[in-house]
Amino acid sequence: MLAKRIIPCLDVKNGRTVKGINFIDLRDAGDPVELAKQYAELGADELVFLDISATIEGRKTMRNMVMRVAEQINIPFTVGGGISSVEDVAILLKSGADKVSVNSSAVKNPNLINELSNKFGSQCIVVAIDAKKVNNEWVVHLAGGTVPTKLNLFEWAKEVEQRGAGEILFTSMNHDGTKSGFANDALSKFSQLVNIPIIASGGAGTKQHFVETFKDGNADAALAASVFHFGEIDIIDLKKELKKNKIAVRL
Amino acid sequence: MKVVIIDYGAGNIKSIQFAFQRLGVEAIASNDYNLIKTADRIIFPGVGEASSAMTELKKSGLDKLIPILKQPVLGICLGMQLMCLETEEGNTNGLGVFNTKVKRFTNSVKVPQMGWNTIQNLKTNLFNNIKEEEYMYLVHSYYAINCQQTIATTNYELSYATALHKNNFYGVQFHPEKSSLAGQQLLQNFINIRE
Repeated sequence: MLAKRIIPCLDVKNGRTVKGINFIDLRDAGDPVELAKQYAELGADELVFLDISATIEGRKTMRNMVMRVAEQINIPFTVGGGISSVEDVAILLKSGADKVSVNSSAVKNPNLINELSNKFGSQCIVVAIDAKKVNNEWVVHLAGGTVPTKLNLFEWAKEVEQRGAGEILFTSMNHDGTKSGFANDALSKFSQLVNIPIIASGGAGTKQHFVETFKDGNADAALAASVFHFGEIDIIDLKKELKKNKIAVRL
Repeated sequence: MKVVIIDYGAGNIKSIQFAFQRLGVEAIASNDYNLIKTADRIIFPGVGEASSAMTELKKSGLDKLIPILKQPVLGICLGMQLMCLETEEGNTNGLGVFNTKVKRFTNSVKVPQMGWNTIQNLKTNLFNNIKEEEYMYLVHSYYAINCQQTIATTNYELSYATALHKNNFYGVQFHPEKSSLAGQQLLQNFINIRE
């Protein structure tokens, strides 16, 4: 049976991981490559690297990092952040990334999704969607949830699927950082609307939250950052708990 | 040991090169007819769309070369699918090495299948030291129908051929280069195959 995936997310700035990380004895916790290797060995199914560098130099460093990660780890990984053209994607895939994720550039230019999936295949194009519930409606937001768009979450999700996205990474800005569980209502609605895999993001605090997002939210994968980075949840323990709840996981 | 990865512009070749590098084996990416012909092991990768991949193969004459190779050949993902008779993707004729056809999953399941799924009914030395129900990493919308040449199956909507074998030709639907230690073992097994 296809396993539900557990995906740690690493924020990278100028080639270094940010956010405090204190879960294992690393020689250099700021080195994304070493962290990635550890996560691969500790049972992560996949990794996401989010480039939050704001400079051209930072982006160049990112490409270099992608190459070093691909050299070292034997599980798939996605790279996102600041990707806005076919050229950007070509470089990252050539450097060894398995998938790329686009977010605001797809909102600004939806045709980019078509171009990317035609050129590289749907399987490596993830569309990341950040949304917030405002007056009982899920609205797509940009810039880390600070800038609302006119797009309804579910209409946008449907559209990105039609345009050729291979996967959706959905972050609920209402839940992100709260550690109170994932947005399972929205997620279960998703699973009825679109027929591509959905990664749930935002709100992970306990192992039970993962159980719920797979059972109630019907998510195909769950992504989290701090609960893993700070060692609050051990991935193997989490998977054992999921298995106990009859959720298929790779153990 | 000279390993050549056929480079016809299809997908993530770097990851395969790195996977061999981790095994201490250098793998050269090339579309050079003679280099491929004289290699000890050949990897036929592929990610992307079938009909355009086949067009690229034809451009360099590799569609004629691959079926007559005598050394161990491993098709990965789309590479394996292109070694079949035909695929529904772009109504493409394949190389006809494996006696089966490739169809699209229906919408009763999420398409593409993306992630880790188990393999069973393992046959041949390609799966030495790999246990039944091991997880491998897959990303695909099309699958090869089970046939006599099936050497491993996976279940997604139905049981399909997740690995195929005929003479010196092997094909796997999953990505060994991304399938953690089990995938690494499979690549090692492929290197160890006695001709």
